[in-house]
Amino acid sequence: MAPLLEIKGLKTHFPTDDGILQAVDGVDISINRGETLCVVGESGCGKTVTAMSILKLIAMPPGRIAAGQIIFEGRDLVPLTSNELDEIRAKEIGFIFQEPMTSLNPVLTVGEQIAESLRRHEAVTRKQALDRTIEMLKLVQIPNAEGRVHNYPHQFSGGMRQRVMIAMALACKPKLIIADEPTTALDVTIQAQILDLLQDMKERFGMAVMLITHAMGVVAETAQRVVVMYAGKVVEEAPVDDLFGNPGHPYTQGLIRSIPRIDLDSEHKTRLEAIGGSVPILINPPVGCRFAPRCKFAMNVCTEKEPLLREIAPGHRMACHLGDTNLGGAA
Amino acid sequence: MSQYVLRRLMIAIPSLLGISVVLFVVLALAPGDPFSELATNPNVPPEVQAALRAKFGLDDPIHLRYLHWLNAMLHGDWGFSFVSRMNVDTLILQRLPATLYVIGSAQILALLIAIPVGVYAATKPYSLFDQIANTLAFVGFSLPTFFTGILFILIFSVTLDWLPFVYTTDIKGTGIHWVLEMIRQAIMPVAVLGLFQAASMTRFVRSAMLDVIRLDYVTTARAKGLGQAKVIVKHVMRNAMIPVVTLIALQMPAVFGGAIVTEQIFRIPGIGSLLISSILSNDTPVVMAVTFVFACLVVLFNLIADVLYGWLDPRISLR
Repeated sequence: MAPLLEIKGLKTHFPTDDGILQAVDGVDISINRGETLCVVGESGCGKTVTAMSILKLIAMPPGRIAAGQIIFEGRDLVPLTSNELDEIRAKEIGFIFQEPMTSLNPVLTVGEQIAESLRRHEAVTRKQALDRTIEMLKLVQIPNAEGRVHNYPHQFSGGMRQRVMIAMALACKPKLIIADEPTTALDVTIQAQILDLLQDMKERFGMAVMLITHAMGVVAETAQRVVVMYAGKVVEEAPVDDLFGNPGHPYTQGLIRSIPRIDLDSEHKTRLEAIGGSVPILINPPVGCRFAPRCKFAMNVCTEKEPLLREIAPGHRMACHLGDTNLGGAA
Repeated sequence: MSQYVLRRLMIAIPSLLGISVVLFVVLALAPGDPFSELATNPNVPPEVQAALRAKFGLDDPIHLRYLHWLNAMLHGDWGFSFVSRMNVDTLILQRLPATLYVIGSAQILALLIAIPVGVYAATKPYSLFDQIANTLAFVGFSLPTFFTGILFILIFSVTLDWLPFVYTTDIKGTGIHWVLEMIRQAIMPVAVLGLFQAASMTRFVRSAMLDVIRLDYVTTARAKGLGQAKVIVKHVMRNAMIPVVTLIALQMPAVFGGAIVTEQIFRIPGIGSLLISSILSNDTPVVMAVTFVFACLVVLFNLIADVLYGWLDPRISLR
């Protein structure tokens, strides 16, 4: 069966005074129906821009989709105008943003903000929209939903606001939910609750979830498949068990080693390993592998030739010259 | 809410008292008083002058005169204009409609220009429209009203002879002719004052819109597929108007101040020109009353700004 969403060779560029910032540079991601896909990577690796490009929520101009296709249910979204995309936004693809504190309009009640989405996409009366909104608030476990529906965002805590955001994203029962670091801004205890809620909702409505995160712990808990991004490119893609059990790319290995372990005895505990350096600035990026300057396995070929994604196990692909038998004489 | 307004009005009393003291003292220190003209009039004998001064308490110590004035004010007696030979309150009420008509129309004109232009410019920043609007706004608030006023008179009255350059309250004619004539003579002063206001307001609306338009909740609204127009009006404007409304309310006293100049240029018999002519003729009771009215307006519009702010922004609760 064809995937629900298939991103092919997506390039999203932002012209700046210093040159073109290639925030997303040839990304391929596909999501199947009902699947949870995690997109991981450091801040600034292009995860959010990739997600925002799907519904053209990046600022355009200056940003623009320079190349690629975004095929949702057999239809390419890239050539669509903003007006045409409005039919898909919220209705087919729902969005949950990172910052619950700033993602809700402070001068409108939460009920109004959920209901307006329903009224936009479905033929409902105001009353029906309100009832459905209350129902959604109950579903995301907001106590006293009938009363709270008329409250303003500032009357909710961060976790409750994120529940409101989830209710908003789910209101029109979309086939795909894109959640951009939905727990990053929350307390650890609340994070788990929100992730559980997302899982619950996903099972209840049978939708696919694209979860963007930089927390490997979140990945391990929620994902079926994982895409690792680095500097605007996909460097590895694998089923979750495979990725944690047999990480191929040195960057992925670094990410996994940077997770604190509590399951080891204290004498076996080692210092947490950080990956030195930071994500390169994506204006005139270096040729070859973009991770090479930070990679401890870097070879000569790494700075000369760009590694392409290749399959190293069923469903497990990575972009690294390590162990590539086609490279004459390489490791 | 009503409690809040009541409490604010109570707080306004001491500040208004303070303002009146300052005004009274400053006016008392100023040279000349309503009877100084009598002193140079050879037909009035000195003893008559002295009797009159004593009768009106002009030679009393300043605190006694102040208390006398305050007492009269509290009883609704605003004093008597020696120059116009009528009560000050009648005089002010006579002059106020012209001022309110001109200022009100100018403010409406300013809003009608500033809001659409500012909003549209902000939705397309750095576009040709935005650049032109910005340049015109910059020119607009760089030119003082006394300059543009005279320029308008030169062009539209003297050269083209389209509009009258003296504003009169006793227009001949009735009915529709009177209305048209009222509008015709108000065009220039309203345009001069309104365009000047619109210039600074446009820039303010634009920057308030730009501040909001890049916020996360606007992206949330766009992600709901609401469409550009709805996102702009419901989510961006609704928030951007909070500081704009406050600014407009707080600017009102300055608008009255600016109207003084405009009224002088176009000879509008309003409250501003009344103030100027009273100052020039040493008509202290009128000066005192008009400046006090301005002070009340400042306090009132500050209160209106606060109330509007609380009404527009649910995060602010007025207690």
